[in-house]
This record gives sequence, C-alpha cells and structure tokens, in this order.
Amino acid sequence: MSKYKAVIGLEMHCELKSNAKVFSSARNSYSEIANSNVVAVDMAFPGTLPVVNVECVRKALMMSMVLNCKQPEYMYFDRKNYYYPDLPKGYQITQMHDPVGVDGHITIECDGYDKEVLIHDIHLEEDAASLDHLYDVSLIDYNRAGVPLLELVTEPCLNSAEEAVAFLETMRRIYQYCDVSEADTKKGQIRCDVNVSIMDSDAKELGTKVEIKNINSFGNVYDAIIYEINRQSELKDAGRYNEVVQETRRFDEESGTTIHMRSKVDAIDYKYFVEPNLPKYKITQSWLEEIRKSIPTLPRERKNKYITEFGLSEYDANIIVKEKDYADYFEECVSLGMDAKTAANWLTVQIIAYLSKHDLTLKEFYLKPRFLKELIDEQVKGTISSKQAKEIFYKSLEDNKEPKSYISKDMAQITDRGELEKIITTILNNNQAQITEYKNGKTNLFDYFVGQVMKETRGKANPVITKEILKDKLDN
Amino acid sequence: MTELGIEKLHEMLINGEVTSADLIKESLAKSHALNKTCNAFVTIIDDAKPSEVTADLLSGIPYGIKDNYSTKDILSTGSSNTLKDYVPFFDATAVLNLKKHGAVGVNKTAMDEFGMGGTGTTAHTGIIRNPWDPSRMCAGSSSGSAAAVAAGVYPYALGSDTGDSIRKPAAFCGIVGYKPTYGMISRYGLFPFASSLDHCGVLTRSVKDAAIVVDAMKGIDKHDQTSWDSSNIHLYDSLDGQVKGKKLFYIKEIVDLSNYPDASNELKRHLEIFKETIQKLEDIGVSVSAVSVDPELLNAIPSVYVCLSCAEATSNMSNLTGIIFGPRGKGDNVMDLMKDHRTHGFSPLIKRRFVIGSYILQKENQERYFVNAARVRRLIVDKMKELFTQYDGLILPVSTGVAPYIDGSKDELNSDNTAVLEEHLQIGNFGGFPSITIPNGFIDNLPVGVNITGNCYDDANILNIAYALEATMPYQGQIAGGQNE
Repeated sequence: MSKYKAVIGLEMHCELKSNAKVFSSARNSYSEIANSNVVAVDMAFPGTLPVVNVECVRKALMMSMVLNCKQPEYMYFDRKNYYYPDLPKGYQITQMHDPVGVDGHITIECDGYDKEVLIHDIHLEEDAASLDHLYDVSLIDYNRAGVPLLELVTEPCLNSAEEAVAFLETMRRIYQYCDVSEADTKKGQIRCDVNVSIMDSDAKELGTKVEIKNINSFGNVYDAIIYEINRQSELKDAGRYNEVVQETRRFDEESGTTIHMRSKVDAIDYKYFVEPNLPKYKITQSWLEEIRKSIPTLPRERKNKYITEFGLSEYDANIIVKEKDYADYFEECVSLGMDAKTAANWLTVQIIAYLSKHDLTLKEFYLKPRFLKELIDEQVKGTISSKQAKEIFYKSLEDNKEPKSYISKDMAQITDRGELEKIITTILNNNQAQITEYKNGKTNLFDYFVGQVMKETRGKANPVITKEILKDKLDN
Repeated sequence: MTELGIEKLHEMLINGEVTSADLIKESLAKSHALNKTCNAFVTIIDDAKPSEVTADLLSGIPYGIKDNYSTKDILSTGSSNTLKDYVPFFDATAVLNLKKHGAVGVNKTAMDEFGMGGTGTTAHTGIIRNPWDPSRMCAGSSSGSAAAVAAGVYPYALGSDTGDSIRKPAAFCGIVGYKPTYGMISRYGLFPFASSLDHCGVLTRSVKDAAIVVDAMKGIDKHDQTSWDSSNIHLYDSLDGQVKGKKLFYIKEIVDLSNYPDASNELKRHLEIFKETIQKLEDIGVSVSAVSVDPELLNAIPSVYVCLSCAEATSNMSNLTGIIFGPRGKGDNVMDLMKDHRTHGFSPLIKRRFVIGSYILQKENQERYFVNAARVRRLIVDKMKELFTQYDGLILPVSTGVAPYIDGSKDELNSDNTAVLEEHLQIGNFGGFPSITIPNGFIDNLPVGVNITGNCYDDANILNIAYALEATMPYQGQIAGGQNE
C-alpha cells in the first residue's frame, strides 16, 4: 500500500432505459443487428431536428433527487462540438450550463464503514455511434447513436480503489432499483472515466491529476486505480514526481496498465453553446413532486429496515438488497404474512442457488411469493417436514405446478399424539435391551429410537412430537 | 397562365378552363427558358405529376421549392458541392404539408450555398440572375425562388430567411416575400444555417397568395420543438383590408436622408418612394410615426448577426463530412477524409464564415463575442417588443435601392456595405418577428421594396396592413419585364 493519500474522482456514464432514444423516436434497445434502431435524426441527415424524450428527462431528474442534487429551474441543453466519425452531427447534445443536478451527495458503504460521496453534477446527454475497427476498414453502427446517457460526476473525494468501486456498485444498484437503467456492464451500458492523483497525507494541495478514460468494467476501474496509484507513488518515491503530468490515459486490459493518450495541451475546445433547437422549458414544482413520489425505497434504507424491523442478519440483508428483484420478492413474502427470517432463509439459500444454477432471473422464476407461502404454511402447520418442503419446492419448479398439488393426504405427517404414542409403545416394547443401555447412560441411543419411529412411519411421524413422547417415556 | 394569382388559377381549374397538367407543362417550359437566362434552378422536375383539383386553393397548381428544403426522391443540394448528389428519403414538413394540399412542386430553386449569402452568386450551379435585368443580382439567398416568381414561372416558391434571405430578394425582384413568426412553419427538413434565426417562408406576387400558401405550410410539428400551434390563425380569411386606426413606426435614424451625406441619387429616390408609401398608408387611415432608436444599438445589428449566425452555422454544418451522405473525400484516415470533403465541397465564402464562427465560439472568445452578441440581440428584441406594445408594426425601406450589378459584387463579410439600411431586416430574425416585403416602386425600371415587421404571433395583422397598402399601389401581380412601369 502506498504511503500517499490517493484522491479519486469518477465520471460514470450510464445508458438509460427508455421507450425511445433521447432526441429521436428510434427504439432504444440493445440489438445485435447493426443499424436496425435508426431514424433520420440519429444519422444527422440534413434538416433533421432533435426532440426531447420526456421520459428520459424524468428519469434524469429522479436520479438528481436520489443524489440530493439541486434541480435547475429550466431544462435546456448544450452542444458539445467536435469531429469524430462516431458523432453524426459533429456535436453531441449534452448539458453543460445547467445540468439536471448539481451539488449533491450520497452516503455509501465500503468495507463496513459509511462514506459520504460528493456529487459535482449529473447530466443528460446522448451516446455516440459505435465503431468497429477491422483490418483495413472501420464500420459504424448507429444503433447506439442517440441512446440516452446519464453522466454522473463526483467531486475528487474518494480515497481508494475500494471506495471507487463501492460507489459504482451503489449507483449501479440505485439505477436498477429506480428502473432507470439495466446498468449492465456486459452490454456496455456503464462506462467510466477516472481521475487519480496522489498527495502526502498531510499535504494541503492536491497532486497532479491524471485522467483514465473509457473504462468499461468495475474490475478494470479497480485495477486502473491501483496501477495508477502505484505508478504515481513510485515516481514520487524516486523523486521524479514532475514526470506525473496532467494527461489523459487509457487502461489496457491485457497488460493491466494505463497508457498515455493525450496531454493537457492537446485538450479539445468543445465550443459549448446552448442548443437552439430545443427551447428552454420550466420544470414545474408539481412535476418534481410527482417524480419524487415515484422514487422507490432504495437499497440502503431497505437493508436498515430488514435488520431493525425484520430481525435479519446483516449478511442476509446484504444478499437480499443486492438485487431489487430479490428485495421486492422478499418484501412481498413478508407482506403476505410469512415469517421474515424463514422467507429470507428460503430466498438466500434455495432460491438464489436455484436461479444461479439454471441461469434465471427472479422475474422468470416460477414460484411466486404466494406459492412459496403455500409451501411454508404447510411446513409450519406440520403437514409436511422441512425435507418434504424442499422436495416439493424442486418438484414444483420442475413441472411448473403449484406446490399445493404435491401436498397430498398421503404425505401428511402423523401429528396425532395418540397414534404416535401407540407406535412408540410398540417400538419400546420390542427394544428392551436398548432401553436398559440408554438408562445406563448411553444417551445417544435416543436418536436410535427416533430412527425406529421414522422407519415405522416411513418418515411421516412429526419429529417434534415424536421426540417429546420418547423423552417422556424414556426419562420417566 | 402561371403568371396569374392562386385564386384566379383555382377558379380556372375548377371551371375546367385549364387543367393541372396544362399549368405544370407551362411552368416547366418557363423553367427551362428561365434557366437559360437567369440560372434559377438546380433541378427542374420534368416528370412532375398533376394533382387532383379539389376545393383546396393550392390543388393542381405548380410551385417552386428552394433547394435547401429536403424533398423525398428529389435531388436536394442546398446549392452546395457537399451535397451535389444528395437525394433525401423524406420530405421537409412544409413540403409535405403543401403536398397534402395538392400543390405540385415543379423545380428546386438555386440559392446562395446553404443560404449563407445575400447575392445569389455562390450557388454550385453558378450565378443566379435577376429577370428584370440579367446583368443584376437577385440578392439572396432565396435567389432562384425570387427570380422564378418574378418571371411568372408559377404563383409562388418557397424560401428560407436567416437574415433577410426572403425579404431582400423579394424587393430586388419586385415581388412579395413573407417570413412568418418563428416556429409557425416547421423547420424539419430545412437544411439549417443558424437554427435560432432560420425561418421558412414564401415568395409570391401578392400578399393574398402569401397568406394562402403560409396557411397551408404552417402548423405544429412533432419533429420540430420550436414549432407551435397556430390552428387559430387563418391568414387568408383575416385579410379584410380594414386598417383604419392601425399604427406603424419607422426608425428615424435609418430613414433620415441627413444620415447619408454622400447619398446617391438612387438612395435619395429610394427614400422618397418610402415617404410616398407612408403617405399612402396615412391616406387609408394608418398612422406612421417616426421613432428614434439608439444608433449604437442599430449599428450593432450587422455584427450581432455575423457573430450568432456564423457560430451556429459552424456547428450546424458539422454533419457535412462526406461519411453518411455527400461525396466521400479522399484520405488515408477518417479525419483526412472529412477534411478533404469539406475543403473541396464548400465555397470560400462559407469557409470564411466557419472560421469566424469557430473563432467566436472558442472558449477564450465566447464571452467577448458570442455571449455579448446574444445579449445585444436580446436588447434589440426587447426594444422592438417595447415599441410593438404601442405600434402594430415597424415599416422600413428594404436596402439602399435597386438590385446591384453582378460584376463587381463581392459577397464578403466585413465589406464596407454594412450600413444599417442594408441589414435592418435581421431584426426580424433576432426576434422571430413576422415580416413581409412588398414592392413599392421603381427606380430606373427596376423594382424596390418596403418591409413591414410586427410582433410575434401577430402575423394576420401585419399581413392585413401589407394587403391594404398593396391595394394602394399598382405592383400586385407584376411580372418581370411586364407592363407595369
């Protein structure tokens, strides 16, 4: 570990989920077929004009609120001008002057401690097309051109790769909870730029900032930060800190290193100015209120509630809030009247294992909370044993049939005390030798008697009652 | 026949005196003839099909489309080499609206490249000439449209107006040029020059025809967020000629001959004609007052226009890279390829404007030029809006006189010719104001024009005043080389 203090700022770009692209009517959905989600606006044919997708603005404002940012009085956009073959208009429509959110903050958890992350701003913009460079030709796919992006910029307030990744994980989860994005790094829906500098831990002034652009996974964010801290620290140790210059680098996955892209003097002047084709419009208080009301309970609050109200362990609570689907499933179980700990146990053990084994999401999972409740109710009633409950669970999933259909009279437990006493008396009468041994101190023979009862009843004897009767008869 | 007005042609179509096919045939023949003398068209649509004659005034009647309107399956170049082979797959909303009314486009009119000029000398197809005198220019940028309407090719042609591109050519060609309030006609499909200043509009030979055509072109459009719902505005139906009690003003500093000590005889005559026009207005009960406006504000108009229009244009035309459309440039890498396309595609005038626009938008210059220009624009607009609370409109002469000769003209920025008299029509673009030019006289057998500009959304009122004024003069419906003077 470096003896220096690292100072890290993040820019997180996340593609939004929406009915259409942010400034055009083309579909916003991932497609393997190149150039299939494209209308004239996306390719900047002469005379085409952008039209704001209100749904995207709503989602952006929601995130602005979640991050405790200030919302602007008016919504408008800016042009960021530069030439690149993936940018059909020659400019990107973004927000520079008055983003949907500024001056926010959010508390995250990292390795068991809380950390307040300061948000510089969050803004809505459009994505560029994607380029595929082949040996002697490059291909352009405009499917991504105009896909809504939320760019979130933190203050340089993170101090380790762990904190950076914890922040990104937290945000990814929030995006999913609020249903504003799938936030799937595998689909390239999240990309990050990272600023890293180091300083003596007692220093007042920040060190020289190095930017690493366009990192596409959280693992790479982690590796890039570690590499960059080490690189800068080694130079500083060697008295060559002046070789750390303000520059833009990229992360090379293969070598696990960062590589120089361009220095500050080559920085592009984006010539920002207000987009004239999208008139300013007022964001009303009533709209903001409406959006605020639609914000779902977020993972951090849910986790606290699960621990304090439902008595779950922190471990279980963490697993459940990891995915909104899990948390929603769990809460539905509780609201149906299931015991919280039992529901949590089923979810975190059987269900999640089943999902991962069959590569399913919880949405695709057949046993909805009400079915799980049927199953558990029978177990609580003692109609079925926990072993049987598990068997029915898998059978039910195998056949996509309600658990009820497997709970027959035949498999019902023997819970009748009188009946059990009769069976037990017979067994004890046939095992006099073992009784003597037991009474002489070989107490582990107790399980032998239980086993005999189960054998006799083919496992249907209620184990609790069986044990009570046995204890009563043997110990008196 | 095509030299007649829309109402008359409609009546003849309905009565069966003429067919849509006849009109189109005549219009096409006149187009070919005019192209020889005036070079007015980029494309003549020889296979234009007649449309069914209905109760709609525009049905069956041919018209012209400025070449910066996107027209489905028809070459649309913006008179630029960067789009010399570009055939769009969609119609501009305004064109589509006219199609729905049964209007028949018969040609695409030549213009200053992408609308970025005021002379008609920068089209990739060559210099556009004035039908009143082919040694003179039409002004621009809607040069071909103005020439064709003045020559009687059809009753109207579409134009676009970013500084005065409809209203100045109209004056130099002796016809009517009208740009309605910003956003009344959708800009979707209009090749942009400077989005905040760009307007669609029309050139006609009468105020009534302008009203009929804009009624058909306008309407809120889901593809243009700056468009607005004007369904309660009926321009044609509002023309009643009742203008008694209306109040206009002119800006003293612009009109007073004493401000032009070296005035030519032409300018003197032009200002006299303007005074005669004012007298005509007063005769029909319109009061016209002289109002003083801070010369500093007025003198800023041309530079504000250059700053804002060049800045927006630089950005608006960044899509012209030759990658998606337009001729592919040569080069070893994609940046060189784009550079080659733009270097060879644009005329020097446009490149000059791009350099200016780029400079103005640079981080270190933005505040000084771009932001200040936007502030002054606001001051000018506020001043006008304040005056519009007291007056129905502003009336001013267009330009310093008649169309200049082509030889010796240089459409360059920063030429000496930046007098407020030449540039004041830009006020209409700054504020998005409805603005109409009509012919008001002749100097040496060449037409001159007068302009009326009013407050936003007050189009019907402005057109009605122009309509009443038009009726006091003999120029309505005149054709270049006709019998009017």
